[in-house]
Amino acid sequence: MVRLNINGKDHDIDVDPNTPLLWAIRENVGLTGTKYGCGIAQCGACTVHVDGVATRSCSYPVSAAVNAKIVTIEGLAQNGVLHKVQKAWLEHDVPQCGYCQSGQIMAAVELLKNKPKPTDADIDREMTNICRCGTFQQIRAAIHAAANA
Amino acid sequence: MNFVPKMNRRAFVIGSAAGGLALGFGLPKSALAAVGDRAQFGENLTSNELGIWVAIKPDDTVCIRIVRAEMGQGSQTGLAQLIAEELEADWSKVTTEYPTPADNVKRKRAWGNYNSSGSRAIRESHQYVREGGAAARLMLIQAAANEWKVPASECTASNSTITHAASGKTTTYGKVAEAAAKLPVPEKPALKNPKDWKIAGKPLKRLDTADKVVGKMMYSIDYTMPGMLSAAIKDCPVFGGKVKSFDAAKVSGMKGVKKVVQVDDKSVAVVADTWWQAKTALDALPIEWDKGSNEKVSSASIAKWLEEGLTAETKFVGNKAGDTAAAIAGAAKKVEAVYSYPYQNHACLEPMNATALYTADKCEVWTSSQNGEAAYAAAIAASGLHADKVDVHRLMLGTGFGRRTRSEYVTEAVLIAKQMPGTPIKLLKSREEDMTNGVYHPVTQCKLTGALDKDGNVTALQMRISGQSILAYARPEAMQAGADPATFQGLNPGGAEGAFGYDIPNLLIDHSMRNPHIPPWFWRGVNNNQNAIYLESFIDEMAHAAGQDPLAFRRKMMAKFPKHLGVLNAVAERVGWDKPAPQGVFRGICQHMGYGSYVAAAAEVSVSGNKVKMHRIVAATNPGHAVNPAQIERQIACSFVYGLSALFHGGITIKDGAVVETNFDTFGSIRMAEMPRVESIIMPTNDFWGGVGEPTIFVAAPAVLNAIFAATGKRYRTFPLKDQNLQIG
Repeated sequence: MVRLNINGKDHDIDVDPNTPLLWAIRENVGLTGTKYGCGIAQCGACTVHVDGVATRSCSYPVSAAVNAKIVTIEGLAQNGVLHKVQKAWLEHDVPQCGYCQSGQIMAAVELLKNKPKPTDADIDREMTNICRCGTFQQIRAAIHAAANA
Repeated sequence: MNFVPKMNRRAFVIGSAAGGLALGFGLPKSALAAVGDRAQFGENLTSNELGIWVAIKPDDTVCIRIVRAEMGQGSQTGLAQLIAEELEADWSKVTTEYPTPADNVKRKRAWGNYNSSGSRAIRESHQYVREGGAAARLMLIQAAANEWKVPASECTASNSTITHAASGKTTTYGKVAEAAAKLPVPEKPALKNPKDWKIAGKPLKRLDTADKVVGKMMYSIDYTMPGMLSAAIKDCPVFGGKVKSFDAAKVSGMKGVKKVVQVDDKSVAVVADTWWQAKTALDALPIEWDKGSNEKVSSASIAKWLEEGLTAETKFVGNKAGDTAAAIAGAAKKVEAVYSYPYQNHACLEPMNATALYTADKCEVWTSSQNGEAAYAAAIAASGLHADKVDVHRLMLGTGFGRRTRSEYVTEAVLIAKQMPGTPIKLLKSREEDMTNGVYHPVTQCKLTGALDKDGNVTALQMRISGQSILAYARPEAMQAGADPATFQGLNPGGAEGAFGYDIPNLLIDHSMRNPHIPPWFWRGVNNNQNAIYLESFIDEMAHAAGQDPLAFRRKMMAKFPKHLGVLNAVAERVGWDKPAPQGVFRGICQHMGYGSYVAAAAEVSVSGNKVKMHRIVAATNPGHAVNPAQIERQIACSFVYGLSALFHGGITIKDGAVVETNFDTFGSIRMAEMPRVESIIMPTNDFWGGVGEPTIFVAAPAVLNAIFAATGKRYRTFPLKDQNLQIG
């Protein structure tokens, strides 16, 4: 048994400690907002926060996440109020298919935590997730809007 | 070739599982008769139906039926806008729901075609969905008029409210919907003039965003049900190969593993409690393959074979005028070039997957498909059950790009589920499996020969395309006398699917078909992608040889093609073609027509060493009607991401008969820092209906390639550009 703290709640799950955190979150805990895209930390669709750090959970073993505070897309809103990044995503109508957007939002939240007023260059450097739909212009606009919210 | 499951004689013979029915799917009349007249509501469809496209709840909620797939392109919202417009609905009360393919069969396919490829979701259904909205409005008005005992002609509807001005009476759609649902459905109601549109034609936000920012949107990969097990699958790495043997005992004791199954003659799957367990066991499973006769095929051997096709005899002509041989022989100047375009992977971010539950008398599938009816046909064929015992439930697509018009993942999920009756099985392909055992943008080469007279006018153009036919594999029934007419997309003498836009007196465009064993498929933009690169790069080459400006050179040949010229002029004007570009910045321009729409682009780039910086791209489309300009703008800009990803980072290579690129580390995709700024011009002329999801991708690559030539004097003719050590700066 492994104990994971996800979105403020403890989950005791029966899983091999080498299992990637992504699959423990999706299959053992049942939170499916975090997505599988590549499995090799290339695309970022699986991005979650581990102790506040945006982490590509497909390549991060469960064993390393024990005792950590894990936040997924489902845990971003507080008391039913959306995070300002989620609000900006809504306002700018960012998602197309939406599959990568959980990861994009989690990456953007960390960016704004570290750089409250990011420049375009900051966004270029820190937002490295793949979006096959190509929503980057909307993502950039939404990050600037969230920074000013 | 793909495994084709044996079909139950009672099942509808509506195609093979090899993808032949992925497009143009049609149920024969005998199939409809077999289901009979048991018209009934789908289990999840709202009652109080006003025709088939609209149902209204007592609380005024407007339920609009959508059968085309939503994969991010925005058709769900656009189609709802068209219906809500004619319905005079309150947009804030609009929701959507999805009749399943089995619902459609029960209604004698009243909802029409489910296929969402070829940018056809709106352009091929706008008429009947708008009529559906208008008919529902007339029924609601009639019901209110009946209640008030006044003529319907004295009543008006707006914003989901009906008013009788003379008496001052008003009511809402929800209050009269039940009575309205009992009235006859008017046929061929009059439609509004688009200039009076209030909902359609407006840049409204998408209907499906809220769930996507909180992680609640249910994609196919997210579906779960009690008792469900997960399956990981591995195909023979060489297409056409087969499973020789596998040693299930080696992995059957691994944690969570429930069963190791042969899925068909080419693939093996492990079923386990979780997918990660299944994949872990599959990776450890010893499998012997019979790799067949294609093990020695490589990108180089394919290229050599295609090269032979550039000069081979062929009778398959796509476009012809005059006598090119004579014109070329008498040319003042002759220009020649050979181009090639590689395989490309769709690389949908959500890998292919489906969940199937099979019992002896029922088979249900939950999946994401661009063509629900093709997925349904695949489930029928694989299950061997009668069509009315099978259904497919739609879930959101994590992109499609043409890949999800193929339903092999439904076939495979059902074939696994059949071996474990009563247990729901979710089949998910790993990224690596998705990349290496998929279907691919086809490979072609093109030899172009142009003739110029002494004044630099084009007197002749020959284009010999050599290479792969998509239809020969995907839709053999659509071949014409053994040849593939889709090869000539954008090069045809006319027609909505892609008309050549230059007046050249002597013209010969033909095709020598060569089909390697790598399975080809429809990939966003399809054959327009390489045809636009070949033609628009070569037009630039001829302009250069003639010593003329690329825009002026094109314009001379376009007087008879005002719509092609219209978009070209629009991007030229916006980019400021008649004024010098900024210091160190160079421009390229191009145009193309396909899927009913006219598109053009102008790119501004600078090149430093091996780095190409794309400063600015201006793209224009004339899609006839612009149903949602905000979503069209996104499709324009984002088609450049997909098209330029393929141009710079993409390309699939073949070694030992198998696909080399297994993941995004070797098959790259443009990220934020590389994203060019795209300005869009949406210029509908309102006299036709064209597509939006694909067309602007045609002009993404040639505009940038022509700008790179302007900057460097070097003409790139083979792709991807990473193979030429050229990168996005």
